[in-house]
Amino acid sequence: MMTTDASTISIAHIEEAAHPDTVAMQTFGFWLYLMSDLILFATLFATYAVLGHNYAGGPTGKELFELPYVLGETLLLLFSSVSCGLVMLAVHNEIQKRVLIGLVVTFLLGLGFVSMEILEFRSLIAQGYGPDRSAFLSSYFTLVGTHGAHVTFGLIWMAVMIGQVAVKGLTYPVQSRLMRLSMFWHFLDIVWIGIFSVVYLMGVM
Amino acid sequence: MSQALIESTGASRGTLKSYLTGFVLSLILTAIPFALVMSGAWSASAAIAGILSAGILQILVHLYYFLHLDTSSAARWNMLAMIFTVLIMVLFVGGTIWIMYNLYHRMM
Repeated sequence: MMTTDASTISIAHIEEAAHPDTVAMQTFGFWLYLMSDLILFATLFATYAVLGHNYAGGPTGKELFELPYVLGETLLLLFSSVSCGLVMLAVHNEIQKRVLIGLVVTFLLGLGFVSMEILEFRSLIAQGYGPDRSAFLSSYFTLVGTHGAHVTFGLIWMAVMIGQVAVKGLTYPVQSRLMRLSMFWHFLDIVWIGIFSVVYLMGVM
Repeated sequence: MSQALIESTGASRGTLKSYLTGFVLSLILTAIPFALVMSGAWSASAAIAGILSAGILQILVHLYYFLHLDTSSAARWNMLAMIFTVLIMVLFVGGTIWIMYNLYHRMM
């Protein structure tokens, strides 16, 4: 029902979608998905905690990680999280133009983050320090790469929502999807706090 | 009507003030651990304690100011689900580290 085009669904469906309980349930269901995703990240963090010091004669985190670069990634993601929050304020006030501008800004900041991460991965692999080099690098690429894949899918979702807001306007289904997108985006920033603390900051010590 | 739509859900009830407060607190809680490690002023164990406390504090800031998770009735089930998830995570991560490090020392 939620994936149907808003202009084609019947009045009854619009009312059902707009019913507060329905939206609350959809939001809670998405929250449960986020919690299960958190379990996935917990297993990857546990793997990293066990394998993170098995360098197999290869480079350590201290030799590979550049903290100013990581700080840049962190700030990009934090700024995008805040601009995503401001988008939700604009949704709340139903100012379509501000929603669109905010979504584009959030998208570009997120794109900057993913680009920095891809460049970082590419430079590591080019130096011969790919995921096949040591258990440390395998667990590093899996953990950070899984987060990066999440952000990438969030960007695709955001691009779709920019199109939906532009074409359909702020209808109830669109508002409800934007709400879940913002939860996803804030959630990814929270996972990144764990990554920069445990992987990067503790890795260079 | 749309306001009722959004306010009916626990996870999305922000104000400009709450986002800006969360933003400033997050900046501070990001700067502290990075400064700690980059300056190398503290000993390793003190710095790890500092990084972990700043990280946990920042996660709480994000949950409260960005995801609006609190003890209100609207957010009660979100909160319960998260407490359960944190319990599972502690079992996963803590249990794995405990078992694997024990094994490591026995094998040495």
